[in-house]
Amino acid sequence: MPPAADFRSQIEALRPYLLRFATLQLRDAAAAEDAVQEALLAALAGEAGFAGRANLRTWLTGILKHKIVDAVRRQAREPLIPQETEDGLQDFDALFERNGHWAERPAAWADPDGALEQRQFFRALELCLERLPARTARAFMMREHLGLETPEICKELDVTPTHCWVMLYRARMTLRECLQTTWFGKE
Amino acid sequence: MMLTCRETTRLVSQGLDRDLAFGERVALRMHLAICIGCRRTRRQMHFLRKAVRALALRA
Repeated sequence: MPPAADFRSQIEALRPYLLRFATLQLRDAAAAEDAVQEALLAALAGEAGFAGRANLRTWLTGILKHKIVDAVRRQAREPLIPQETEDGLQDFDALFERNGHWAERPAAWADPDGALEQRQFFRALELCLERLPARTARAFMMREHLGLETPEICKELDVTPTHCWVMLYRARMTLRECLQTTWFGKE
Repeated sequence: MMLTCRETTRLVSQGLDRDLAFGERVALRMHLAICIGCRRTRRQMHFLRKAVRALALRA
């Protein structure tokens, strides 16, 4: 067991990573800062819980996820901008013919794994995420970033499973289109 | 019953979020076997998952 001061400085060194992790979900600097602060306090209080674990970052991220879900719950209670009626989103009518087949067949993406090596690609991805409507983005990031299962997401966002799946579908289709336009479809 | 591309993309997405029923998996496989657009969409949706997971690890 390292001395307390050492443990504290190791935790502090991970703060930028944790802040980024929280910000991706919460989209709000102050809320992310609060969640990280709560997680770090909980981590320091629960230092013994770390004993014997291999990876400090994994352990801290686990604690942080709980604090982020608490914050999401608070956010979900806040009213959204009234105009943001995501139910009114077109269900990709332009993408499909009336018979349900592709109006224009999606293009293949060249070397997507190579994109994961490029800083610029992640910038493009973040811009696409920022363009998603707030509730859609919240559900999508709970699923793909926090790795929560759909029943928990539905519960926290107070929507039915069907609505949850629809939001996740819209997020994926919209992001796919966005990355096609801003990254993979570029010459 | 053949799925349309619209229905297929919905099922592909749901397959990332829940266990599909046997009949859904069969219908999905039949459609994907003949539709390159939907196969690309499936690949790209799986890639999105990978990309978002990688996003947090960027400094």
